[in-house]
Formats: sequence, structure tokens, C-alpha cells
Amino acid sequence: MDTVKLNIDNKSVVVKKGTTILQAAKEIGVDIPTLCYMKLDDLNIENKPGGCRICVVEVEGRRNLAPACCTDVNEGMEVKTHSIRAINARRTVMELILSDHPADCLICAKSGNCDLQDMAHNLGIRKLNYQGEQSHYREDTSPAIIREVDKCIMCRRCEMMCNEVQTVGVLSAINRGFESVVAPAFEMNLDHSVCTYCGQCVAVCPTGALTEVDETAKVVRVLSDPTKTVIVQTAPAVRAALGEEFDMEAGTLVTGKLVSALRRLGFNYVFDTDFAADLTIMEEGTELLNRIGKHLEGDKDVKLPILTSCCPAWVKFFEHQFPDLMDIPSTARSPQQMFGSIAKTYFAQKLGIKREDLVVVSIMPCVAKKYECGRDEFKVDSNPDVDHAITTRELAALIKLSNIDFHTLPNEEFDNPLGESTGAAVIFGTTGGVIEAAVRTAYEVHTKKDLPKIDFDELRGMEGIRKATIDFDGIPINIGIAHGLGNARKLLEEIQAGESEFHAIEIMSCPGGCIGGGGQPYHHGNADIIKKRQKAIYQEDSKKAIRKSHENPHILKLYEEFLGEPMSEKAHHLLHTKYFDRT
Amino acid sequence: MTDYRMHILICGGTGCKASESNEIKEKFNHFISEFDLEDEVQVLFTGCFGFCEKGPIIKVLPDNTFYVSVAAKDIEEIVKEHILKGRPVKRLLYKEPVSGEVISESQDMDFYKKQIRIALRNCGFINPENIEEYISRDGYMALGKCLSEYTPEETTNIIKDSGLRGRGGGGFPTGLKWEITRKVESDQKYVVCNADEGDPGAFMDRSILEGDPHSVIEAMAICGYCIGADTGLVYIRAEYPLAIERLKTAIKQAEEYGLLGDKILGADFNFKIELRYGAGAFVCGEETALIHSMEGLRGEPTVKPPFPSVSGYMEKPTNVNNVETFANIPVIINKGAAWFSKIGTDKSKGTKVFALAGKINNVGLIEVPMGTTLREVIYDIGGGIKDGKEFKAVQTGGPSGGCLTKDFLDTPIDYENLLSAGSMMGSGGMIVMDEDDCMVSIAKFYLEFTLEESCGKCNPCRIGNKRLFEILDKVTEGKGTLEDIDKLKVLSDVIKDTSLCGLGQSSPNPVLSTIANFEDEYLSHVEEGKCPAGQCKSLVRYDILEDVCNGCTLCFRNCPVGAITGERRTPHFIDQSLCIKCGVCYDKCKFNAITVN
Amino acid sequence: MPKIKLAENTIQIIKDICAEFDNNEGELINVLHKVQDKLGYLPAEVQEVIAKGLNTSVAKVYGVVTFYSYFTMIPRGEFPISICMGTACYVRGAEQVLSEFKRQLKVDVGESTPDGMFSINCLRCVGACGLAPVVNVGDKVYGRVAPTQVKEIIAEYRKGCDSDNVKSA
Repeated sequence: MDTVKLNIDNKSVVVKKGTTILQAAKEIGVDIPTLCYMKLDDLNIENKPGGCRICVVEVEGRRNLAPACCTDVNEGMEVKTHSIRAINARRTVMELILSDHPADCLICAKSGNCDLQDMAHNLGIRKLNYQGEQSHYREDTSPAIIREVDKCIMCRRCEMMCNEVQTVGVLSAINRGFESVVAPAFEMNLDHSVCTYCGQCVAVCPTGALTEVDETAKVVRVLSDPTKTVIVQTAPAVRAALGEEFDMEAGTLVTGKLVSALRRLGFNYVFDTDFAADLTIMEEGTELLNRIGKHLEGDKDVKLPILTSCCPAWVKFFEHQFPDLMDIPSTARSPQQMFGSIAKTYFAQKLGIKREDLVVVSIMPCVAKKYECGRDEFKVDSNPDVDHAITTRELAALIKLSNIDFHTLPNEEFDNPLGESTGAAVIFGTTGGVIEAAVRTAYEVHTKKDLPKIDFDELRGMEGIRKATIDFDGIPINIGIAHGLGNARKLLEEIQAGESEFHAIEIMSCPGGCIGGGGQPYHHGNADIIKKRQKAIYQEDSKKAIRKSHENPHILKLYEEFLGEPMSEKAHHLLHTKYFDRT
Repeated sequence: MTDYRMHILICGGTGCKASESNEIKEKFNHFISEFDLEDEVQVLFTGCFGFCEKGPIIKVLPDNTFYVSVAAKDIEEIVKEHILKGRPVKRLLYKEPVSGEVISESQDMDFYKKQIRIALRNCGFINPENIEEYISRDGYMALGKCLSEYTPEETTNIIKDSGLRGRGGGGFPTGLKWEITRKVESDQKYVVCNADEGDPGAFMDRSILEGDPHSVIEAMAICGYCIGADTGLVYIRAEYPLAIERLKTAIKQAEEYGLLGDKILGADFNFKIELRYGAGAFVCGEETALIHSMEGLRGEPTVKPPFPSVSGYMEKPTNVNNVETFANIPVIINKGAAWFSKIGTDKSKGTKVFALAGKINNVGLIEVPMGTTLREVIYDIGGGIKDGKEFKAVQTGGPSGGCLTKDFLDTPIDYENLLSAGSMMGSGGMIVMDEDDCMVSIAKFYLEFTLEESCGKCNPCRIGNKRLFEILDKVTEGKGTLEDIDKLKVLSDVIKDTSLCGLGQSSPNPVLSTIANFEDEYLSHVEEGKCPAGQCKSLVRYDILEDVCNGCTLCFRNCPVGAITGERRTPHFIDQSLCIKCGVCYDKCKFNAITVN
Repeated sequence: MPKIKLAENTIQIIKDICAEFDNNEGELINVLHKVQDKLGYLPAEVQEVIAKGLNTSVAKVYGVVTFYSYFTMIPRGEFPISICMGTACYVRGAEQVLSEFKRQLKVDVGESTPDGMFSINCLRCVGACGLAPVVNVGDKVYGRVAPTQVKEIIAEYRKGCDSDNVKSA
């Protein structure tokens, strides 16, 4: 292997040929500040437009400063990362950026979590030497995402996410020069576009230009309304990430503290979306077996592969971009919506209250869930099954607002009956988890045998597209997994071309699955965080006493008392949905 | 073929076409048929003669009579007198402004005397729409020579030895560029001709494409042969319809003659040329931006390396040269590297085409050997400053260049000298300024251009140039401070040091060079609130001298905003709150009753 | 912006142009040139059809259209006025000529007069530096234009138009 030897800040380093100055410096512990650059290792995501010019360093013999993020090392290179010239340039560039940025940090949604703010602080900017006209754009509020484009610094991360990773194609750089900015076509609002609200733009935005719609105030208001019974559901991926908001190590599981925090916030019942995830497996798994069964019997009309449908951004994606495939995804609603539907029928009846008096709040790692709960088909007489969906970040804000010391909270248990769940439900939070959960149940239901091994390692990992064949007692079932909508697109195009080898495919919009969701604590470009969350999810699963959805006693009771059996007419009415051509 | 007795060459460049050369051609045809001369006289459009100041220009062959400032109404006389009776029309000949001497042949004119025309060799001599005329002047001989006598390597070496450097601005050695691209292994390579000429005030590439398109086609084929490419792409401004038309015609003709296509001249070499259109983005002059634009993307540059020679169009090795560079190639092959390298200076070989414009008597396109001094260009060729005014500065290198003062008039022009004088060669725009030009406003003009043309990708260029412009604007408004001048310098240095591409890295040059050479002018604006050239509107005030004004009402009638009041035969008055300082009253007043302060 | 509905044959024209370029995304700029040549401008609805035709996103098409100054989303006036803003023209007073046009027509650069007669655009150097400052109205070139001539130039077209109207009436 070709290597290159060079000096960085008078320290000698030998690196692989083709390494950038930034990477080489990192190897010897020299930290060069970056702003637009972002690399998510293992997820194959890299943003390196070389545009912010914050990472410029001095290279001996070179006329101008070199951007460390996209300059390859050369043999014998002498690099000074913090020379006076480099520092002055960096500071001036930062002053320029700030001269075209609203100085409303005190009330900015991103304050305290803003890469730009941190960088300005680290560079010691105390005064703006350059002032002048600032860019002004209309604010765009959609059901899930707010664009405050005045705060855009043209790092192009969102554009890269939206186009290269997600292939949604809503955002593009527009105009030229000082007028240039990232926006949807014709500068229209997101809700007039094909935006899926996956929120990956929000997840990577280094400033407050892209944030979620903040619904914490609405939640506080319903919690203080004595006429309402307010219940809460928390998605699986939340428990593996919330701790980060309280400076805990990434991957720390905080399920028990999460429950007690929610109780202290005043929710009347603290439930778990995991319960609904088990329910999803009952419905989706049954649908899967039905379709595969018919297929094996030679039914030519049956559509395969079956695609999972728990991710609302993915649903909106195919409604816009693949309307010809709308009959392929499972009709099962997402766990959030199954929960809301059961809560406002079964549970409201149990409490003996009207659905209007029951308020369902969900805590989600996702911004698309805000949009999903507002979809018309999930309302009954204009009363939504889920009233408010807030993100992991918003929950952390609520906890801080209520002066709850998260660290000293005791571990508490979810309430029943909608709080009981299995390990299969927990793994919904990571890529590969939904299909693994489905396989665990489908295998046993189909073969009527116990699984020899519960962990399906072949379905796990971070590869963007994964495939595995599971032996269903002599019948090989081909499973596909895609996370990131760009990867999903590839599998969908295979289906369109009639070349798909799969019986079932799991699709998650966000890289990593829900653990990498647009509503999670900001990863600030560190993909390790997402990997640690994944580890935590599998750890939670392995510790669960029950690890197969069809063994969840409260699920069995729900069918017995209320739904009848999976895919029953009632189940169809309450737990399944239909899709709309949005082209 | 008819053997004509006489040829009439009418300048068919955009400048002359703009001033009725079409009508002139029609008139010629009309009178020639009236006098039954169709078999004796041929009327042709040719490429730009370069002497745009005196356009439209007509040349009569074989006697080489050079008519200037011809109008359609003059044609009858030319036909009757010159063509029928052999008596040139004296009043349409060029008159040397100083000596008053009437000159009938172009080679005797000062404007042409000091020029050596290599890139422009055929402009004004041939009909650009006829391949045979190009061939008759050694056209496609170089291509034939390369294919039959030289290997690609030998051909590349000739270009290397000639010392030819890129004429688009950077001055990178052309032969070396070819060699690098040649050595990269790939199944597909491209030759790209950058014809997206965008410097405000430079039009040499357009003139070459309009006047001698085959020279570029031939050179691109030679380049393809050297680097191993079978496809050439010309990236040309959509705003150049005439050049596009002529290029298309030329490509078609070359294909018909087997000079493009498969097995060219029987050799094992295939080459085709396609056109790609620019859409009005100066930054696309930058190689990587140009390539992205050809790929259908926003013309944003990317960080180099990788250089296009390794990964360019469609990520394939791509050699990009500009039009003027290519136009030199066939001559170098025909006459040899040694011949070419004798012309010019130590490090800058050959000639350079300049578009001479601004406050100069002979506006036009000139080609001079490297090493010619600015004085020779401005005074000998350019005929000195218009209206007998004082020379103040010459701007070279367009928005990336700088303004040079009279101290540099005797500097030999080459890449290095211009760079060390704080300017650059650029693509060859040369704008002359006189005492009436405000150097702060000039810097502002260029900054405004950069600002509009910045792609917006990197912060220093997008925001930095905006701030530079705002500070300059403040200075021209008389609101600047000494601190602002410091800020201009500091910010300029950082923009140069940190911008992503050549556009940003050179955009502060007009600011830095005007501060370096005309700091006193900046100081007058800042400290005294005065614009010495009287150009900055906010610092100018027009007043009517009561004792001189006789109330003729001419100013009153011409004021576009009604800021002037007064009764006939009584002194008039300017309402300063309404005055837009357009200067019309000043220009119109016949009695010098209006003052500028 | 007001939504316009494209006529069926307009949509077909655009689709045909896309097909002519093999519906290849990389040919976007060529397609835009050709469509603008045909239709005069590139309104949102046209860009949507192009995006579909080339199988790319509308955002990308819009990003490209707004990057290049040659492309316009506003219909040009019947008599498009283009003022050369090259350096030669600038030092010979193009700016004053431009501001006079703006003042007379009460529109800004890139806009059209409400009656659709005139639009003003700035050009980069047209290369007629000998005639600086240069103004184009449609295909007609005016050289050495002084601000005082602006009124006459406009009147020339207004008059032409009025008499046309009289004729047709």
C-alpha cells in the first residue's frame, strides 16, 4: 500500500495515499475545525463541498491556504494548522458568515446545539468587523419542518442528504452569488413539494435554518387541562438516545428514567409504542404469511415482495415517487397510529371516557410522525388518533423546562395494558429490526415450531442494503433490508423492473433506522453515536423476558377482548390503512 | 470557378454587423449587378479586421485598399469610382490623426504596423464560411503533418518546446497540460475548447471563431490526436449567435472534407466535435465549473485536484484550452517550435491578442508579440487617449486583474511582469482610462461584476465580495473612513487566500491594485469628501452660475427630472433635492454656466 | 406567482425536445436553451414538464435556471432592451444610459413593462466595444448611446406600435 509521509504542526505522520489533510491531522490528534464538512462513517455519507473555508490550513510552498477537508496529502508536505495566517483567515471567514446571519441566538431553536455558534465561540469572535446587507427569505412552516432560511450558511449538507442520500430531490441550491441559498423549487413551501419530512436535513443542519415544528407548548397546555386524560407513548429508539441530551454517554439506555420523567411531567398514563409494535407484527406478519402462502400455492395475482409500512416518510416517498407500487407495501398502520387507534377505542372504553377527552401524545425519534398523525385517514370525526407527536429533543426540552433532574430519577415501569412489550418490539428502533421481529413471529406461526435461535445476526448491521435468506422449515424466504431512501429506491427500481428476488423488504427512511431519526439528539456528524444507539437497542432486546411479539400477553388479551384475530374486520378497520397517489 | 478581378471583403464581425455591414453588402450586390460586374467582382463577409473604432471596414483586393467608417450610402460611389474607374474614394480612406496623412493600405497604418498576427492570421483575410479559403492559407496542413509525420508524443513535444502558454488567463504551459492528459490511462478522453469568453471588455475569442473557425477545429483535432481523445466539445456562449453559426458551418464542412470523422486523412484517428452552450455565467470560465455546466449542472467549481486532466467531463480525462490558445497550434506545427519561441520574452512566448477599449482613439482587436510595452500598445497602436485627455490607468486582466499607472507604461507585457505589477494577463481585455475616470468607482464596477457572477458556493467569495462592494460603495458616497480602507485591504487578502476557485482568489485584485496605485484618490473620497474625477454622484453637485446664465432654457428643457426652474432670459436654478446628477445640463449648456463641484 | 396552465401542444413541444436529447439529465442545459428559444421564457410549469421529461427533480431544474443569467422565468417584452455592461461600455457611460431606461420605463432590470412592450436586461460584453455604450433593442443595435437619446429610442417603438394599432383598427 502506498503511504505518504508529511509533517503536520511539526509532527511527523505517515498515512495512506489519498488521505486528506483533515484525516491525517486527526490521526495524530490535531483537530482542525470544520463546518460544512461532515462524514458519517459506515453509512457511506460524506459532505465535502469545500465551501465554508473554515478548515483552511497553511501548506508550505502553496500560494493560498488549503481546505484541509478536501486537500490530499503529498509526500513531504509541511502543514501548519494553526498558524497566525490560518487562524486570521478562519476568523475573518467566520466574521463574514456571521455578518450574513441573524444574531438571534438567545431565542433560536438551535441555541446550545448549534455548530455555528460553537465555532464562533471557539474562534473567539467577540465583535463583527464586517457588517452589511443580510439575506432575507420567507419563513416556511410545514406540518413537520420549519425552514428559517435567513440562517442558512450554504454548507449544503441538507441538499446532499435530500438528493444523494434520500434521492427525494426537494432541496437544491438556487440563485447565484450572495442571493444563493438552498430551497425547494420556485422557493415554494415544503408542504407543496414532494418532501417526505424524513427530517434528515434537520438532523444535519449545523444552524437553526432547519428545525422541527416545536409542539412542546401544546403538550404543556393539554397537560394542564383538568378535563383531559393525557396519555403518552414512547417509540423504541427514544430510550436509546434521550440520555445524550443530559450529557450521558451515547448508547446509554434510559428506559426507566424516561418513564419516571414522563410521569413527573404529568401524563396520566405512560405507555409504550413497543406495545403497538408487537401489534404491528401480528398484523403485518399475518399479511406477510398470507401473501407468501398464496404465492406458494401458485396464486399469480399476489403481490410480492411485501414492504414494511411503519415509516411515515417512506410511505410519503412511495406515494409521490412510486405510485405504481402502491399495492405492494403492507397495509398495516405504523405502530404510532396503531397505538393511537387502540388508545382512542379500546382504552378509552376501558376508562369509560369519550375519545375527545383522551389526548394521545407520542414521543418519537422522528419529525415525519408529526405529519403522519395529522393525515386525514387517521382522524375520526376530525379528532386525530394521535394528538401530538414530539421528538426526543422536544421531550428533553420539556424535562429541562420542568426542572426535573434527569440523572437522579428512579427507574420506573410502563403502565398497563398498553405498556407491555417484547424484545421484538424494541428492535423496531434500528434498521433490520422490524423484519427480524416479523421473522421471529412468522417463522413460529408458519412452522408451528420454536425458533432454534432468536437472534438473526444476518439481518443486522449498518450496510445500506442487506439481504438474507431465512429457512422457513424448508422454504427459503428472501429478505431485503434498506435504510436511507436512496437505498430503498434501488430496491424499488428492481421491483419495477421485475427483477426483485425478495419475498419481504424492510424499509426505513433514516440511515440507521429510527435510531438515526430526524428527531433524535443531534449527532453532529459523529456516526459512532448511531452505532452505539443500535447496540443499546439489541441489548434491551436481549434482556427482555419475552422476545417474540406473538407471546406478548397483553397483545393476546387485546385480540381476545377486542379485535378478534389478526386481519379481522375490526383489525382492518382500526389497524390498517390505504395509500394515495400524490403525483 | 469564376476568376474574379476584384474581391470586396466586408467586415462580418459582430461590431461591424451592428453598424450596418449587412446593408453595405446588399448595396454592393445591388450596384454590382446594376453594372453587370457579377463575373468580375466578388463580395464577401470576412472576420473582424480588429480596427473596430473605424467600423464598418471594407477591404478591396487585390489593391489592398482599406476603407474605414463606411456607410451604406457610400457604396454607390465606391462601385462607380473605385471598381469601375480604378480611383479609390479618398474621403473614406484612413487618415492618421496626428500627421493627417491619408493611408490606403492597412499595413502602413500605425494600428497594424507593430502587430504580428498569429492567432488572428486569417481574420479579415478569408471568408470564414468557406473551408477552401482556409485550406488555401495552409489550413489543415498541420493536422496532416501530425498524422503522417509525427507521433502524438512528438507532436506534444513540439507544443511543449514552443513555450506556448494558456491564453485564457492562467498561463499554464499548454504542451505540459497535453502531456499530463496524454499520460492518464482511460478508455475515453475529451478535448474541450473554452469559448465562454466572459471578461467584460474582451472579445478576441469571438472574433477568432467568427473570422477563422477552422483554425480552432484543426487545433482541437491535433490535441485529440496528442492526448488520445476522439471527441471534442466547444463550450460556447449562447450570446454569440454568429460565432455559433460559423462554427457549425465549419464543422460541417470539415466533416464533408474528411477532416473530422473516422479515419481522418486515412490515418487511424477518429475525431468529432460537438457544441455545448454556456448560459451566462462568468464563473464557467473556470475549468471545473465549465465541466459541471457541460454536464447539465449548476456551474459551481470544485476543489482541484483532481484536475480535469485526470478527472474532467463525465469523470474522464479532459484537456481544456481556450480559443486563442488553440488558434496558435496549427501555426506552431507548420512553422516549428523554434520559430514560435523566438517571438516574445524569456518566459512568455509568441503573441497575445488584446481587446483594446475604453478612452482610446483606436478601439479594436490587436495582436502583439509578448514583450511589447504598454506604451507601444496604447500610443502607437491605440493612437493615444481620446479627446486629448490625460492617460490615467490601463486595466488588464478583466475582473481578476488590476489597474496599472503610467509608471508601468514601459513595462514589457508578459505573464510575469503583469503579475508582479499587481495585475494579470487574463484573457486580454485592456481598458484605457483617462482623467475623468474615478478609480474607486472602477474598483466598485469590477466588484459589482464579481458579485453578480460569484457562484455563491464558498463564503469568502459570496459574502466577502459583498462586504468589499458595500465598503467601496460607502467610499463613493463620501461616507467612508480611513478604517474602511484598511478593512478593504485586510478583507481582500483573506478573500484571495481562502476562496475556492480562481474567481474569488482574484476578485479583490481591482481593489488592491487601485488602492496601491491610487491611494490618494481613495483618501480624497474619505478625508475630503471629494471625487477628484467628478464621477461619484453623491460627491458631485451641479450649480448654475447666476452671472453667466442667460436663461436660454436649454438646460430646463433637457433636465430629465425637472430639477431646473427659471423664467426665460433670467438665470436658472437647480433644485438639489431633485437633481439626479446625470450631467445632462452640464453637457447641454452652451455658455459654460454650469459648474461641477 | 400566478399559475398558468400549459396548452397540450406546448407540453408536447417540451416533451419532444427532451426526447430529442434522449431524455438525458446531463442535457438539461441544452434542453433549457431549446425550450427557451421556442417559448421565450421558462415559467415554473415548463420547468416541471422538463424535470419529468429528463427524470430529474424540479428543484434541480430550478437550481440550474436560477444559476444562469441567460435563462429567464419572466416573459420578455415585445421589444427587449439589452444594455451592454462590459467595461468599455461602462467607462463610456452605460450606467447612466441604463438608469435612464429604468427611469423612463419605470421598471427594473429583468422586468417587463406592465403593457408587455419593453423589458430591460443587462448583457455582458457584446464585443461591440468600438460602439460603446451599446444598447440592443431586439436585434437592432444602437451604438454610442447618450442618456438623452433614451427617450427617442423608446418613442420610436411606441410610435411604431401605435401606428400598427391604427392600421389594424
